[in-house]
Amino acid sequence: MRLSKSWIIAAKDFKTYRKKKNIISALLVTPFLVAVLITAVISYIGTRNSARTSPAELVLLLPAFLFVYVILAAYIATPISSYTIVGEKVEKSLEPLLATPTTDSEILLGKGVAAFLPPLAVLWGGSTLFMILMDLTTESKIGYYYFPDWNTALVLLLLLPVALLMSVMVNIIISSRVTDVRTGQQLGALTIIPFAGLYLAGELNLIDLGNTSNLLIVVAVLIVVDILLFFVSRATFRREEILTKWK
Amino acid sequence: MGIETEGLTRKFGNLTAVDGLTLSVNDGEVFGFLGPNGAGKTTTVRMLCCLISKTSGEARIGDYEIGRSEDALKIRRLIGLVPDNVGLYEDLSAYDNLDFYGKLYDCAETQRKENIQRFLTLLGLWEKRDVLAGTFSKGMKQKLAIARALIHEPKLLFMDEPTANLDPESAKTVRDFILELKKEKRTIFLNTHNLDEAQRICDRIGILSTKLITTGTPQELERALSSGESTRKTVVLLQEQATDVVLAGLRQLSGNVTPEGNKLTIELKDPEKENAAVIEAITKAGGHIQSVTIAGASLEDVYLKLVRERES
Repeated sequence: MRLSKSWIIAAKDFKTYRKKKNIISALLVTPFLVAVLITAVISYIGTRNSARTSPAELVLLLPAFLFVYVILAAYIATPISSYTIVGEKVEKSLEPLLATPTTDSEILLGKGVAAFLPPLAVLWGGSTLFMILMDLTTESKIGYYYFPDWNTALVLLLLLPVALLMSVMVNIIISSRVTDVRTGQQLGALTIIPFAGLYLAGELNLIDLGNTSNLLIVVAVLIVVDILLFFVSRATFRREEILTKWK
Repeated sequence: MGIETEGLTRKFGNLTAVDGLTLSVNDGEVFGFLGPNGAGKTTTVRMLCCLISKTSGEARIGDYEIGRSEDALKIRRLIGLVPDNVGLYEDLSAYDNLDFYGKLYDCAETQRKENIQRFLTLLGLWEKRDVLAGTFSKGMKQKLAIARALIHEPKLLFMDEPTANLDPESAKTVRDFILELKKEKRTIFLNTHNLDEAQRICDRIGILSTKLITTGTPQELERALSSGESTRKTVVLLQEQATDVVLAGLRQLSGNVTPEGNKLTIELKDPEKENAAVIEAITKAGGHIQSVTIAGASLEDVYLKLVRERES
């Protein structure tokens, strides 16, 4: 597999996305909006005497709120990654692409990179804004700047990318099996379920997501899942079927 | 770079799309592939471009074998494809579309830039190089798709109905460009419905209706059909309208003489032998001849006859 070929495909997709306003807006708005909204909620809670949150409770809430970005990672790539294969088919551009001297793996990797990097950059941008706003809002209550810490680094630098990658791979698999973008997006949105479940398990004290070892185990499991999904995506990418059966 | 196929077959479930295709396309030849909708023309091109697999049979492009996984990338590198749907990236400019494909075909930057400029200029699109492909007319998109297929200068070009749905002017531009490519000795495999186009451009023609019905030069095909008929026609143009005396003289030679202004159509068994008598009869009767031609079967006649025979 030649990585340069995959990068050419990814670079072309980056150029294409810039012209797709719906994809750009879906990508950009949510992570930054979440940062602002959660900060607003925390500030509001802090101003109400009846619901005043203790510093200890805040320290528990902050990493839980940060986990929202992991859930977002599973969701936010859907518009882009579900567009990858099915979008090419809809625009009838897949046949000339498949006629070039590129392998299925190179095409899939290129599509994966194109669907992975923009959401990752936006999620890191949104979560950085979230941490800054939270630190500014909560420093006076808990006496120090909570973010960043080692667990935060682990969540943002490891868990978030592997969760995002899983979402991208699942969406690419769906994208190469369905025939229209909307169906791809609807099915792709289901990747949010395992991460929402993980978050819920944390809130119900079934798993301690503040524990570094637990987080590393989750990351390790997701890396294995991501690798498996890449091979599944290769196996499910049937160029003949895409060319001859899709109308 | 030539193409050889032997019993090439493709089935989709119970449906046989291409049945035992055996043909040979010579290096530097423009080969026209004619056939009705669903005849298997696009399926053949897709098999030869290694886009879909064959069910059985053999096919070779140059030294490479269709169906051998290690040859697939090498074949794709050697060929260019203009598919029936142009499939451009509508959100990219004409230049960026070509640049992307040039990179995928491993064209060095200098060669890529030169080829983009050369082909866009030849096709009259250089001034529009920075315009989004999505804003182009059908004809311009088709031209851009042809430039895309040529960006790596392939020796063998597959074109799947390149003038379909184009206005006459755009179709002519595309046809003229194919003739230019012919001069460069590229092998061109042209799927078309357009008999006139096939006749004008192609060195040889194959008529397909799931099975290959026949191949030959346009002239060979016309002659083959004409020789199978019991009577043929001689068309005589006179300098004046045919007089009754002229018509009476001709009717002694043929039972079927049709006057139409100064044109006479005469059915004869063997025009090559009988035309001398026709000329003598007209001259004797005081007629003045402008021209005498033997009307053969047209490629359209050949095509319709063979396809109908196959269908029945």
